[in-house]
Amino acid sequence: MSQKSPADIAAGCIRCGFCLDACPTFKLTANEAESPRGRIYLMRHLLDGGRAMDAAALAHLDNCLGCRACEAVCPSGVRYGSLIEGFRARIEEEGLRPAAEVGARGMLLDTLTDRSRLGASLTGLSMVAGILRKAPAMPGLFARLLTGGQSDEAAVPLSGTGRSGGRLPAFTPAVGKARRTVCLLDGCVMSVLFAEVNRVTAELLSRCGCNVVCPRSAGCCGALDAHAGRRERARERARALIDALEGADYDALVTNSAGCGSTLREYGELLADDDRYAARAAALATRTRDISEYLVDLGVEPPTGRLDVTVAYHDACHLAHAQRVTSPPRALLRSIPGLKLVPLAESDLCCGSAGTYNVTHPETATALLDRKVANIIASGAPVVAAGNPGCIAWMREGLARAGSTIRVAHTVELLAEAYRRGASPYGKA
Amino acid sequence: MLRADQVLTDPVEMLAYECDAYTIHKGRPDVVVHPESTEQCAAVVRLCARMGVPFTPRGTGTGLSGGATPLCGGVVISIMRMNRVLSVSPADLRLRAQAGCINSTITRAAAPYGLHYAPDPSSQTACTVGGNVAENASGPHTLKYGVTANHVSGLTVALPDGSVVELGSDADEPCGYDLVGLCVGSEGTLGIVTEVTVRLTPNPRQVRTLLAVFGSVDDASRTVSRIIALGIVPCALEMMDSIIINALEDAFAMGFPRDAQALLLVELDGLGPGLDAETAAVRDLCSEHNARSVSAAASEEERARLWFARKQGVGVLGRVAPNKVTQDGLIPRSRLPEVLARIRAIAERHSVRLCNIFHAGDGNLHPCVIFDERDPDELRRVLAANEEILRLCVEVGGSITGEHGVGVEKRDAMPLMFSEADLAAMRRVKAAFDPAGLCNPGKIVPEPSAEAVPA
Repeated sequence: MSQKSPADIAAGCIRCGFCLDACPTFKLTANEAESPRGRIYLMRHLLDGGRAMDAAALAHLDNCLGCRACEAVCPSGVRYGSLIEGFRARIEEEGLRPAAEVGARGMLLDTLTDRSRLGASLTGLSMVAGILRKAPAMPGLFARLLTGGQSDEAAVPLSGTGRSGGRLPAFTPAVGKARRTVCLLDGCVMSVLFAEVNRVTAELLSRCGCNVVCPRSAGCCGALDAHAGRRERARERARALIDALEGADYDALVTNSAGCGSTLREYGELLADDDRYAARAAALATRTRDISEYLVDLGVEPPTGRLDVTVAYHDACHLAHAQRVTSPPRALLRSIPGLKLVPLAESDLCCGSAGTYNVTHPETATALLDRKVANIIASGAPVVAAGNPGCIAWMREGLARAGSTIRVAHTVELLAEAYRRGASPYGKA
Repeated sequence: MLRADQVLTDPVEMLAYECDAYTIHKGRPDVVVHPESTEQCAAVVRLCARMGVPFTPRGTGTGLSGGATPLCGGVVISIMRMNRVLSVSPADLRLRAQAGCINSTITRAAAPYGLHYAPDPSSQTACTVGGNVAENASGPHTLKYGVTANHVSGLTVALPDGSVVELGSDADEPCGYDLVGLCVGSEGTLGIVTEVTVRLTPNPRQVRTLLAVFGSVDDASRTVSRIIALGIVPCALEMMDSIIINALEDAFAMGFPRDAQALLLVELDGLGPGLDAETAAVRDLCSEHNARSVSAAASEEERARLWFARKQGVGVLGRVAPNKVTQDGLIPRSRLPEVLARIRAIAERHSVRLCNIFHAGDGNLHPCVIFDERDPDELRRVLAANEEILRLCVEVGGSITGEHGVGVEKRDAMPLMFSEADLAAMRRVKAAFDPAGLCNPGKIVPEPSAEAVPA
């Protein structure tokens, strides 16, 4: 991947304005300083020294969800994600954020991306919540630090979802003759809260003729750190993951988490200036696939089991915008006999989860969640499918708060259910 | 009058509003306001009038002539929180929307009834109907269906004194002075449009979309001249040259031949036999003029893909150079081959990089000059080439703008087309609406003191 300087990336914006109506924060505020074009223009001025980074400038850059909807509609191909992540890294590296806030953000990220710490913290918080008979909440001071003083309350990310923990076996053999060998990452958050999704992902791959390997030493890919501007930490994690996969023989690296997939695909860029890792990082990136596109490319037999249910599909930002994967998940859902896929208004508008954004920016995240929930309810579907853990947990929380019983499922869960119901599960296998 | 969240004053925020998609002239506002209704908008205007503060209306700022740039500072009145469709009357082919409603949202609201809103500028997924009214915007399909002026029947306008008037009606012909006609294309200098009643157009029953590939720009432009001369009215007839073709290939791998010098995108609509005959005639004309190939879109997806390429064709230039100025000259279509050749010569003389993507069927040229504004010498050459191109358009009997508006960009070129008496009449119209000169100042008509550029 060619390495363009931030100034060159920013110069690619010709201010056509096509991105404005795609941007969630512009949609909410109508403020051009809260639009991609406005932020790029600001970054241009920060880069050429025309303006110094002050609290106001920092806030406009911070308010960006990093959803990259702007990139998908940009005719000039401005790589906005790379630009904003670079700026976020600069903010951290140059110490432009108050130290206490940096510390709190770091604690949050370190907890989310460490399997045992995440498990222990969630247990602790729900115990406290149980005793207080309240929804799980962040301690007040911590919330205040995380939100940059905006609020004494911050959502506990992922608390909207049931716990399902445990790692995948290191090797799951293909059912029947092995066509491929796939490395499936079971992730950090995924393995603590969505182990069931991991299990059915492995099951699907295995039933479709793939040997599934899951190296024991593979940990967090660094996506949450990269998106939050902790570039060095993300690079450490990327190097560790590359080392963990060293020697493993696989045709594709498959993930069922959109946020991870998008970061893995950009490993080449993340480690471009690391002589020891650059080539391996780029090679790993080109082998990365989202589970939905991998299954479609593999050409799997459609399930024979019926699911007589109406489903709406939510486009996770890092799947639709960052990886441009929009039709494979829909194709998989449509392949399920009896399943009726209905349109979801603003399906590719961010739900507000956005990594740790729902913790650091509760007001905007909640406004977007409310909008998403209203659209989901208006779709009339009793089930909404998505391909990213953050979105799934956040939408569950929003729907529950709205008193809705609509189910939020990962796309692969619905697919696996249909296969299980089939007389001869998994087609020819 | 307004809540705190409707008013922006932070200098960092003002930066984002200092220009629109035309970046050469800039002006930083002092305040940006977001009214949510006609009443709030009028109240802001009244306050500005009382205090003598200039104000400039603004949609998404996709304009290409600086129409939404607050040249004299003051207040930017954003219409972006007035973005709802208010009513759809399919039986009467009418839709009423607030001015900040996005163009494509209107067509989406009309789609369930088999209707659409005809003006389709390339920026239609982002631009507002209010901005379209201000600039009298068009788009590829206005060749057959007409520009914004032909599709607006009523307007609610906050006049520069803060009073609110309802212009036009749902009827098809204006009664009394055609003030709707006056307001459409007035570039936000006569008042602020807050609501619009548009005409809806039934979707065509059958469509044929052709892509013709040419080895020379001259062959392609002679084809265009012939199609028009023969009285064929395609619903769209667009040309793209080799820089655009290659930028599109780099960006989207469309499958266009990279060595082609020009593509014509021709769309015809109508019914059965007549449509087939016209399509065959266009194919023959392309072949007669040495087209390397002529292919028809085989499916709606293919058609959508071709239009996607056309509509991304200008924006995609960001991949080629950091800045661009899109010209907007209008010329008699019979002179197309000659004018394109002369434009090429102008670009060569000034050593600027120029490409063409435009509404060939309308004779509406969009020569895009691509450059890097960080190079002052290049910027100077770009401006010089631009002015020569405008002079050329006027010389051959055309106009300095087809659809982008005069704004600040071409204000000082107005004397190329209009006498001092003509311009004085325009100033009197402006003064009748805005005697204090506070409403979007510095646009369209140059100051009388400015030395007239000899034509």
